Order: sequence, then structure tokens, then C-alpha cells
Amino acid sequence: MVTKDIYVFAQQTDSVFENVVFELLSEARKLCDTIRSSRPDFNVVAVLLGHHVKASANALFEHGADQVIVCDHKSLAHYSTEKYTDVVSRIITTYHPDSLLIGATVVGRDLAPRIAARVDTGLTADATKIEIDPTGEHPTQLWITRPAFGGNLFGTIVCPNHRPQMSTIRPNVLDSDFFQHGRTGEIIEFGFEDETETLVKFLQRIPKEEHGVNIAKARIIFSGGRGMSGHFDLLEECARSVGGVVAASRGAVDMGEAPKDVQVGQTGKTVRPTLYIACGISGAVQHTAGMDKSEYIIAINKDPQAAIFSVATLGIVGDALEILPHLAEEIRKLQQHSES
Amino acid sequence: MNIVLLVKQVPDTTEMKIDKVTGTLIRTGVPTIINPDDLAAVEEALILKEKYDARITIVTMGPPQAEEMLREILGRGADEAYLLSDARFAGADTWATSTTLAAFLKTLPYDLILAGRQAIDGDTAQVGPQTAEKLHILQVTYVEEIIKLENGRMIVKKAYETFSEILEVPLPCLLTTLNTMNQPRGMNVYDAWRAYQKPLTKITFDDLDLPLSQVGLKGSPTQVKKTFTRTIQAGSLNENLSSRDAAKLIASTLKAYME
Repeated sequence: MVTKDIYVFAQQTDSVFENVVFELLSEARKLCDTIRSSRPDFNVVAVLLGHHVKASANALFEHGADQVIVCDHKSLAHYSTEKYTDVVSRIITTYHPDSLLIGATVVGRDLAPRIAARVDTGLTADATKIEIDPTGEHPTQLWITRPAFGGNLFGTIVCPNHRPQMSTIRPNVLDSDFFQHGRTGEIIEFGFEDETETLVKFLQRIPKEEHGVNIAKARIIFSGGRGMSGHFDLLEECARSVGGVVAASRGAVDMGEAPKDVQVGQTGKTVRPTLYIACGISGAVQHTAGMDKSEYIIAINKDPQAAIFSVATLGIVGDALEILPHLAEEIRKLQQHSES
Repeated sequence: MNIVLLVKQVPDTTEMKIDKVTGTLIRTGVPTIINPDDLAAVEEALILKEKYDARITIVTMGPPQAEEMLREILGRGADEAYLLSDARFAGADTWATSTTLAAFLKTLPYDLILAGRQAIDGDTAQVGPQTAEKLHILQVTYVEEIIKLENGRMIVKKAYETFSEILEVPLPCLLTTLNTMNQPRGMNVYDAWRAYQKPLTKITFDDLDLPLSQVGLKGSPTQVKKTFTRTIQAGSLNENLSSRDAAKLIASTLKAYME
């Protein structure tokens, strides 16, 4: 069976796509353009399931899809493991995609393994990098890299003899840099006749108890450790002035400096901001496990041997309590400069 | 009610170190533990047993030393245990693992299968759903609370990124549990003693109705091409800067990230 095309699962709620969908489309676009040198028939195909979602397909074209397979049915309005597995598996057995990429969201990590088991193919979990076989031997084979053992080890996984090659990909890791306003493509409607009821019944949605800011979504984080004890207001001031938020290490949370909600690390939250500024944090694995995938890490610590410096892009040996007031002043200068 | 617990013995990844010369993981001396999400499943099973008079069967696939973990869970209150252990199972990916587990589970009575959401060594979260698929039963993953069992239906709370959902799922089903859902009970000396009075059965490939082509490394659709350790980008370390110069240096970086 000849397989072709890179499929991307277009996860949406009420026609609003998860960001990871655009990240995957951009990545698929790049992979597809490479593959086309040997297989010009390859396309990027988005798979869109839901109810009254057809109009939102335009955004998928603009972000890189050549085709969108739409399955519109009232029983797909709300995510259901059963129905979504049925439909996506049938799309696979109908069109024979060469690969299928799914965001490693709660939905994606529920759905992807179920599909892979149904269609009997290989699935790589929670990938952070995808490339085409760099040896050039198999011009459509994906080499998928993912962390394991708590980020201590990375593995590159291939799926040589089964199709589609499937992977879930961690959100916020790949760039969603492809966008062409007004770009269009072909819509393929996929019929779904099933009128049976969903067996797992949705009863109620409950918002998460949030006591304050959601640090997992912040772009800029000023994080404090024991070394900031009694002076978290300095972090607040800097964070507020640049539209960032304040987080803390376990040590600082245990001392009552910050609420548990903003604790970063293995026993707290995992954050991946574009900028993470660690102030007075020693950098035990327990903490770095929750922040070492930040795009840019600045660390300030008095101890030049502090472990935090091993993950920092920019390390400053010094006292955060002295540096932060100066930093607040520098930020004010920058802002005045940009306003004038 | 018959509850089956799927558990895994894992290395304590927080204790792992990297050999700086060879760039490989140092596994010797790293303690093994019950996978944290699985331990939550164990505790939930014990709670259900107390409420609904369930029988708990533990199943794991792993090396012979996984027996220690099974004995510990028997001590905590499970009723019997099966250890799927065979050199031919080695190197299995999640597809081959779930195929093997499902082939064995088909021989057991079960109403409810509980498994941890994911294991801390692989972090895939795939074996639970794939086992459910191979058994053709329903699943709810990321369960943060089992609310009740009523008329053959579980009422559970599932965690999403920014909200939770209350779902009703009829038995038989498979639930994957989050380690934050409960506080596992401790063990005492009597528990440890009673762990050795309960049945523990070893299962090999020959006990299963499966072709050899579907187990272990050779039965795995995915293959590991290479492994490597994280290369720490040694960023620049700035010593002996005045506080003002340090602030200026940080601000120059921060500037690019400001809106």
C-alpha cells in the first residue's frame, strides 16, 4: 500500500484551535516541502472533527494545510474518545496517510494511543523534535526525538514498517511561523453516519480552582527562591512592569513566600515561558525539571557553583536583592525610551 | 467486583545521574519505586475494595525483580498478583506491551482496570489507552477523582489543562489515575508478612495465546534509533559585575521579550 501525506489533527473547541495545531501545521509544512523533492505528491492535510466547524478550515489553510478533511457531526461536538477514535481511524484506513501528528494535549494523549492501537501502528509520545531521516536513506521516514527518564535522556524513534507514522508533539516546543493570509485549499468532507449514543457520558464541566495567575501560560516569569525571602515584592515589581508573573521554588513556597499555585518544579508546575528569570534559586533537579525547557533562562545567584547556572543561558553571579531594584529602574528607562 | 491494577516498577528518575565521560545514564544504585501514578491507582483500588467489597488483582510486565513491588502491593491489601516476565517480552514498545498485557487480561475476570496515567521512566501515557483498545473497553484517562460507583457505572472527574469534567462511564472500563488524587496509606510489619501469604504467579510467553511476532522488541512498530543525554548549553556566566551593570545586562536581554 502506497501511503502519502502528512496529517495533522486539528484539535478545537467551539471552532477555536489549540495553538499546537498551528505549530504542527508549520512543522508539517517544512517536512512536506523537504519530502516533495522526492515525492512531489505529498501534501499537508488537516483533520478537523466537530460540529459546525467547516468555516474554521480557512485558518488551517492559512497556517499551512493543503487539504482539510472535515467530519462534521453533532456527536463530535464534544470530544469523545470513542467517536473520535472511530472517525480518525476510518479516515486513516480510507486515505492511508504516511504520518499523523497530534498535539500532546490531554485530548491528544487520550486519542492518539487509542488510534495507534486500532490501526496497529507505532506511536511516539510527547516529541520535542521531528526531522526527515538525515541519512537520506528513507526520504519519507520521520526521526522523532523525545525526552525520557524525567528529561535525563533523549531518544530518537522511528517507525520503519508501519503506517501512518504517529506522534504526539509537546505544545509550545515547535514554532508556528507559517502564515499566509488568504491562502486556501481543498476541503474534503468525510461522512459519518453513526447515530449511536456516546457511552461515556459527559455530565459537567468544572473550572479549575485558580487562586491567582496561571504561571503555565506566562511568557515571562520572575521566579524566586529562598534567597529572595522577604523580598518577593521586588519580583512583583519587575514582573508587573514587563507583563510577566511571579513564580517560586519549593523552598520559597515552603517558607510561605508564595502560594503553592505558583510553585515550579517536579512537585509543582512545569513552565515553558520564553523568558525565565531565576532569582536566588539554587537549582536542584526538583526545580529545574519544571523550567529547563524555557526558551531563555537568566539566573542570578550569589554562589558561582549553584546548579541553576548549568541550565541558564545567561548567568549572573550576584545578589538578586541588590540587582533587582536596578533592574526595575532599567526597565523603566526602556519603557520611557519606547514611549518617547 | 473484580479490579485489575496495572502497575510498573520504575527507576526513581529524580535520583538518576549521567556519566559525564560516556554520556549515558548511570542505572546502578538507582532505587526502584512503584511508579507514582500507579501508586495512586493502588490506593484507589483499596478504597473501592473497602466500599464495594472488590477483589484486587495486580498485573505487571517486567523483569523478575518486579516481584518485590508486587509483594509490597499485596502487603498493602491486593489479593493476588501476576508477573509477566520473559526475555522474549524485553524491549517492547507501548504497542507490544499493551498487546501482551491485553492477551493476558483476556484470561482474567475484570470489571474495572486501573492504571497510572504514565510511568516516570518513559512518560508516554500510552499503555493504558492501548490496552483498553486491545480489550475493546471504554477508557477515561487523567482521572483526578473517583467520585462513586453506582449501578455498574463509575462517576469520575477527569483533569484537563484548564478545567475538569465529570464523566459517567459504564463498566467494564479502564481508568488512568493521577498521582495527586490521593495520599497512599503506609505499610506496617503485619502487611509485609501477609504479602508473602498471597498468590503470586509468573506468566511467560508460552502461557499466552500470542504470536512471537507481536511481543518484545521484534514485535514493536517503533524502534529506538539512538539515545543521547542532554547537552547542557553552557551559557555565559558573569562574575564580578556591579549590581548596576548586571541589571543593565539583564535588561538588554529582557528588552527583546517585552511587548
